[in-house]
Amino acid sequence: MNMIEAINDALDIMLARDPDVVVLGEDVGYFGGVFRATAGLQKKHGRTRVFDTPISECGIIGVAVGMGAYGLRPVPEIQFADYIYPGLDQLVSEAARLRYRSAGEFIAPLTVRSPFGGGIFGGQTHSQSPEALFTHVAGLKTVIPSTPHDAKGLLIAAIEDNDPVIFFEPKRIYNGPFDGYYDKPVEPWSRHPDSEVPEGHYRVPLGKARIVQAGEALTVLAYGTMVHVARAVCAEKGVDAEILDLRTLVPLDIDAIEASVRKTGRCLIVHEATRTGGFGAELSALVQERCFYHLEAPIERVTGFDTPYPHSLEWAYFPGPVRLGEAIDRLMMPA
Amino acid sequence: MSSPNSATDRGNLPPLSLHVPEPRFRPGDAADYSHLPISQAGAQARPDEACAPVETHPLCLDLIRVLDDEGRAVGPWNPALDAETLRRMLRAMALTRAFDDRMYRAQRQGKTSFYMKSTGEEATAVAPAMALAPDDMVFPTYRQQGLLITRGYPLVEMINQIYSNRADKLLGRQLPVMYSAREQSFFSISGNLATQFPQAVGWAMASAIKGDTRIAAAWLGEGSSAEGDFHSGLTFAAVYNAPVIFNIVNNQWAISSFSGFAGAERTTFAARAIGYGIAGLRVDGNDPLAVYAASRWAADRARANGGPTLIEHFTYRAEGHSTSDDPGQYRSAQERAEWPLGDPVTRLKQHLIALGEWSEDAHAAMDLELVETVKAAAREAEKNGVLGQGLHHPTRTLFEGVFEEMPWHLREQSEQAIHERRIRYPDWQE
Repeated sequence: MNMIEAINDALDIMLARDPDVVVLGEDVGYFGGVFRATAGLQKKHGRTRVFDTPISECGIIGVAVGMGAYGLRPVPEIQFADYIYPGLDQLVSEAARLRYRSAGEFIAPLTVRSPFGGGIFGGQTHSQSPEALFTHVAGLKTVIPSTPHDAKGLLIAAIEDNDPVIFFEPKRIYNGPFDGYYDKPVEPWSRHPDSEVPEGHYRVPLGKARIVQAGEALTVLAYGTMVHVARAVCAEKGVDAEILDLRTLVPLDIDAIEASVRKTGRCLIVHEATRTGGFGAELSALVQERCFYHLEAPIERVTGFDTPYPHSLEWAYFPGPVRLGEAIDRLMMPA
Repeated sequence: MSSPNSATDRGNLPPLSLHVPEPRFRPGDAADYSHLPISQAGAQARPDEACAPVETHPLCLDLIRVLDDEGRAVGPWNPALDAETLRRMLRAMALTRAFDDRMYRAQRQGKTSFYMKSTGEEATAVAPAMALAPDDMVFPTYRQQGLLITRGYPLVEMINQIYSNRADKLLGRQLPVMYSAREQSFFSISGNLATQFPQAVGWAMASAIKGDTRIAAAWLGEGSSAEGDFHSGLTFAAVYNAPVIFNIVNNQWAISSFSGFAGAERTTFAARAIGYGIAGLRVDGNDPLAVYAASRWAADRARANGGPTLIEHFTYRAEGHSTSDDPGQYRSAQERAEWPLGDPVTRLKQHLIALGEWSEDAHAAMDLELVETVKAAAREAEKNGVLGQGLHHPTRTLFEGVFEEMPWHLREQSEQAIHERRIRYPDWQE
């Protein structure tokens, strides 16, 4: 399966298993979603389970919070993460705090799916990676898969979770992993081992990182598309890197991070999002606080630049092989 | 070279001017409401609950009134309630007022940080609470304490919340008056205005998805009808024909801003319903029978899958916005006395007296009894502590309930907070 098929499968399974699951969003019903993630689901599960909404992100999240308060398990879609901002008040002030402020009387067990990330010539409003806005909010979980296998298992776990989950889907890798070499043809998921997706229901637990590859010389912390870019660059550099796909940013798998950095003594943090105030800053601070006496080089952050996401200069912006390569060289320089 | 903004080549067009609304009366002015069209009680038609939304348009520009100046219930909107029900309504409104007065004083005495009265608006919460089924979910603002009181939520629990004491069911997490009472189908109040509108729609949609029979009702003030959530809520409700009642409590003031800053100079708030394809009703918010009848009409409509209704309750915020507000700084002190729709408690009292079902003496006795009832509840709640006395919930509860299960970072921070307390108070135990 590619990642879209894996997501569609997860939704299909949850709609069938739990009569309280509903899928809503712009174009998700009859049409099946602009990325086809909900294709066929309305026909199979009915119009009151999978339905189109008005173009109002505030309304989509707001009604999902109300549905959650009733006892449903809504899975709203925001067509692009770049358009989640009109729904931000409902997410930050309402969904994230409902359990806390009502002392558990009401909960918001919603899973907000949204395609995110760049690398597709999406320009300013089809490329953003706003995860740090959500990791900063107490009460929200933030999940980002990097493979079809994890996309399905994490989405099922997110839907079953009783806390509100922001589920960002890296649209650059919907159809195949992307190694950062934008001038080469895309390899489809079918040739990748992580496209083996088990049939039926399974969970990938939230809050657990995945060791993409074990290594001794350097720890790479990445998520989403950048897992694949980092892997390709490490292979090219011949560095014995341990690559962690964080998968869940909040709650974070701090044990996996600590264990790896204490072993390798070096840490590279990679994300597409802009640098200042990005999630990489939190990761860097945690590694510094918890692994200081094991560090043999300054922690490196490879990120997007602090600009809006550009159109024509996309590959100057994107944290690609050159930027990663230089950071790895600095990290691996003998002391 | 002329700039794009230059007027030099625009001929002799008149200069544009910006209209900034200004209320009629400011501090020191005499208040005079003779400009306000007050409809005759009983003169408004009552369409069938199944009517098309557009048929309610005349009612959006009128004012549905049942109680006339002599306290008689007249016209097609008269809900013809029995005397027992009317006395219950009167009592709930009077209790709400007595509660407000006591809690206002408690704030001034330093027993809590904050309070908000609903004086003058009691009918807009008490009457709908009586018109709805007890398990219809209500999504209130911070000024519908009358809903909780009518639904029988214990006063002691309300005061525990206001005092943020160790018996507060919300564990001292919420600002006073931001109640949550699931058993009474009363949704958790948020400080963020108007967010409850789309939420109520979602709840109503969920009820419809499940084939339930319960409906939802939401409240907001006229000021927060300017929020985007108002538009989202009404759009979604119309699109999905959601079984929901929207209440706009137009009390003329949003803190210091008069209703003109929410659009009142152009049309009524009820009239907005028509543009969404939603039924709209505009009622005398100080006429408890009119409010009851409108709520009942909207509830019956929603329950019969007739869809949503928007009700504008035309009323007056008799007191300051909150204990942190001094209305003397921005509005005429005479407004309250001159308000042409009077006081909801007084009007229902007159009605019951006119029916021969109540008396001034009975009312005075009830008021005394209610003062004692509230006082006793306050004393009971004070045993659990008042704000700042240290009788709050254990420190660890600060970290519980952020998520269903506490993640490692909150566990660490919880240990830190407890460690800090031990340093500050060496003998401290929880």
